[in-house]
Amino acid sequence: MTQHEAENPLAVRPQPRLLRALTIVSALGFAGTLVLGLFVAGTDIQQGQVQRIFYIHMPSFFGAFTAFGATVLGGIIYLWRGSEAWDRIALAGVEVGLAFALINLLTGSIWARPIWNTWWTWDPRLTSAAVMCLTYAAYLMLRAGIENPQRRRSLMSVYGIFAFISVLLTLFIIRIVPDTIHPVIVGASPQNAQGAFEATSGVVVALLPSLLLWLTLMPITLMWHRYRLALRQEAVDALKLKLLGA
Amino acid sequence: MNRHFLTAVRAIVSKDLRAEWRSRELVGAMALFSLLSVLVFSFALELDKNAREEAISGVLWVSLIFASLLGFNRSLALEQDQGSLDALLLAPVSRSAIFVGKLLGNCLFTLLVALALLPLMTALYGVQLLDGWALLTTIVGVFGFSVIGTLLATLAVQTRSREALLPIALLPICLPFLLTAVRATKGIVSGAPPSEWRVWLQLLAAITIIYLVFCLLLYRFVLEE
Repeated sequence: MTQHEAENPLAVRPQPRLLRALTIVSALGFAGTLVLGLFVAGTDIQQGQVQRIFYIHMPSFFGAFTAFGATVLGGIIYLWRGSEAWDRIALAGVEVGLAFALINLLTGSIWARPIWNTWWTWDPRLTSAAVMCLTYAAYLMLRAGIENPQRRRSLMSVYGIFAFISVLLTLFIIRIVPDTIHPVIVGASPQNAQGAFEATSGVVVALLPSLLLWLTLMPITLMWHRYRLALRQEAVDALKLKLLGA
Repeated sequence: MNRHFLTAVRAIVSKDLRAEWRSRELVGAMALFSLLSVLVFSFALELDKNAREEAISGVLWVSLIFASLLGFNRSLALEQDQGSLDALLLAPVSRSAIFVGKLLGNCLFTLLVALALLPLMTALYGVQLLDGWALLTTIVGVFGFSVIGTLLATLAVQTRSREALLPIALLPICLPFLLTAVRATKGIVSGAPPSEWRVWLQLLAAITIIYLVFCLLLYRFVLEE
């Protein structure tokens, strides 16, 4: 801690140049993939315009996968080394991942309305995706319920590792429980999948950049911002304690 | 595993059994609760002959898991309230011995409830749950969610709202057990050939082993200081 910070822990440390660059690149990339998905990719013959939501729907799940994966990694390293930084990363992963997972559910629901003729159905994959969101919502509730900061960090590291089971379940459930109507784009769709379409070269051109962006830049950038917010929060808490003690 | 470990485990289990034998508060409450939940389900789902075969294994497992929530919470809350947890931590035994001890106690109590529930449901609904394979599935499944339940109950008693948080934490994470156990039991009850449901039982056993390894590795972080 520098002299300046010791006097005023709330002093805003300037954004690292790399973070600013990442933010700009992610934003531009997001705009670019939207253009690809909305205008460059061809319209699906059977499904029409609504199929384009897929260019957000599937990448957002993988964005959540990266973020929740970061939670597991953060948890393991925190338990191993005990550095608070990794716990902040784990928390950032949960919040960013939960946001992405909700985008995933929401876009899926909007797509399902015209294609499956319903907003929601109790399909194994839909159910497990919803359970995944609830698992991470439970993470946030549990986290808020533990007062001792050090206990909170190690307990939530353990829970963050177990919570990832729900992510794996969502990924693999269609292989375990084949009676799903959710289409699979990579590989063969289940027999009774409704609304599948082929991954033609036109689809791949729009999908691949979007997938890469959601898988890497978007979660990393958002988590970094969330990490800085956590630092700020901790400074506020420390200040509060100091004022109460004085 | 050395003798010291086994002695510690045996001591914890026998302590839990003796406490339960004297108070009879855990198993009684769990059994009554699971019975009530089975009855409530039969009203709520209007289980007729056809619906029964489909729904009965789900009703069985959900009732068992709900009842076990009651037991896990109580078992760990008692440890904490009476200061026994602190004493256990002071004792020179490994954390995993504490885990295995609590796990065996929890598993045993839930299993007792399950063993009461199986013949009862067989009689009430006219489905064949008294079957060697169904029994094996029950034992493996109960052991499986006791593993993760014991770890999460230890976690949940350390939170501010305690009892309220265990169901929220446990239900999503024990879903793989519910999924495989229900499928296996359903196959057995419907009299399908073993080739159709054996894979679910194997999957259940595999998941149980994976959870057990992770819980043994991670329990010491849940229970420190």
